[in-house]
Amino acid sequence: MSSIQDIQNEIIEEFSILGDDKESTIYYIMELGSQLPEFPENERIDENIIKGCQSKVWLTTREVDGKILFFADSNTDITKGLISLLIRVLSERNPSEILNADLFFINRIGMGNIIGSQRSNGLAAMIKQMKLYALAYQAKQNA
Amino acid sequence: MSLNIEEIRALFPILHQEVHGNPLIYFDNAATTQKPKSVLDALCGYYEHDNSNIHRGAHTLADRATRYYEKTRESVRDFIGAKEEAEIIFTKGTTESINLVASSYGRKYITKGDEILISTMEHHSNIVPWQMICEEKEAILKVIPINDSGELLYDEFEKLISERTKIVAIVHVSNALGTINPVKKIIKKAHQFGAKVLVDGAQSTSHLSIDVQDLDCDFLAFSAHKLYGPTGLGVLYGKRQLLEAMPPYQGGGEMIKEVSFAKTTFNEIPFKFEAGTPNIADVIAFQKALEFINTMGKKEIRNHEADLLYHATSKLSEIKGFIPVGTTKEKVPVISFNIKGMHPFDVGMMLDAKGIAVRTGHHCTQPLMERFGIEGTVRASFSVYNTKEEIDEMVTSVAKIAKIKNK
Ligand SMILES: Cc1ncc(COP(=O)(O)O)c(C=O)c1O
Repeated sequence: MSSIQDIQNEIIEEFSILGDDKESTIYYIMELGSQLPEFPENERIDENIIKGCQSKVWLTTREVDGKILFFADSNTDITKGLISLLIRVLSERNPSEILNADLFFINRIGMGNIIGSQRSNGLAAMIKQMKLYALAYQAKQNA
Repeated sequence: MSLNIEEIRALFPILHQEVHGNPLIYFDNAATTQKPKSVLDALCGYYEHDNSNIHRGAHTLADRATRYYEKTRESVRDFIGAKEEAEIIFTKGTTESINLVASSYGRKYITKGDEILISTMEHHSNIVPWQMICEEKEAILKVIPINDSGELLYDEFEKLISERTKIVAIVHVSNALGTINPVKKIIKKAHQFGAKVLVDGAQSTSHLSIDVQDLDCDFLAFSAHKLYGPTGLGVLYGKRQLLEAMPPYQGGGEMIKEVSFAKTTFNEIPFKFEAGTPNIADVIAFQKALEFINTMGKKEIRNHEADLLYHATSKLSEIKGFIPVGTTKEKVPVISFNIKGMHPFDVGMMLDAKGIAVRTGHHCTQPLMERFGIEGTVRASFSVYNTKEEIDEMVTSVAKIAKIKNK
């Protein structure tokens, strides 16, 4: 599996092809969202909704061989695309990798300009929640 | 005589810019309208030439600023057909105007078991202040229902109104749907039961001719920024005898006659309700906004906007997956809609990518959205400077977006 660094570089490369065309970029993000793995229906509960997002975002995890798998869904397609980028970078990693991850791709692709400030806050809330999960698993693994 | 829209557009500097490489198409006029150059110049001009505090300074600048400030009050009086300037109070906006009535009138006249009547299509700012006073006074908030087209059910209103009703607070034009409510009829009926009526005119004052004496409303609240004027400024109209009987809303300078530690006597209306140094610059600039509207003519504005509404409605309706929300005949130029299978946020962001500014979400009318069983809508709202060509651009974009989920 590629490193967190490599995957982020891949994403930057993909977005650079789209250039400054905001419309194509948005369509591309939505397309990414449609590839998101099925979200476990029984976990579509209020406790799994991330606070701080304007859209509804559900996030849950599984632990397999010490690695964290993230599952997420949203009621809006663009948000689904954003989640799918985060999952691509952070899922199936050790807690420490997730906690130490510097998500430079977000600034490098100019995500703030693409999605605006409201959704950027939502994106930050998603990342925070993913890191909180990593922290909890790390504590459990060290216990 | 029809308006020359190109000439009008030339008066609005902000319209002439690109967003994401496309010419800006501004269809968020129900949130706030753009301001003509005359308003911007007046704002700057005030600070450059006349800045001083009003109603007290004994010097030339203060006198000039006071005269300009009071000139706007006179223009507002004329704009809504009020009897006298004293009935025009400057506030921060519609929200503050409603809060003023709810707190001041409500505090004095609402008692336990009284009823306040609002409708399903109220903006949060015409819900929450009444909920607060109901909570405080153990009064009861009742809600007039609507039908699936987004029309108020007048029959239901007649069933709800009674001698217990103290206030009817009703939106003249729905910001989320564009529906024009039969406020005159409602006011007449309410008065038969001795209830006072506050009309939320935030969305109506920019599109319809308003005559408060003809309507016979007791209060009218509206915002300057939806009327080509500056932000942070609004108006409360109230009938003299009501305003005189009401206690002050806030205490401070300007609103007093005499202050001693033993007792303070209050100034006359409207000053009794304008505590502190007011928003002088914006009030003065607002006069230019009203002048702009008067020069266009409300009737001509309405005709042009009706054309735009008709054009947009018929074109959008041809799009597969287009779901209009609020379909009454009596509307201002507001189109609320959804696209089947898509969230309004996504539609809004894709339109923004093409330089088209619309509003998405619940439009501060969550109970209304709940009534329709939706989370929100995409809302395109037009103004005098919009064109059919701009609407065609939007229709093309909406059609492309709708295709994603409606093949
Ligand atoms: C119908 C209605 N009422 C009240 C308001 C509140 O106006 P303001 O925010 O200017 O106080 C608005 C503004 O969106 C509105 O559309």
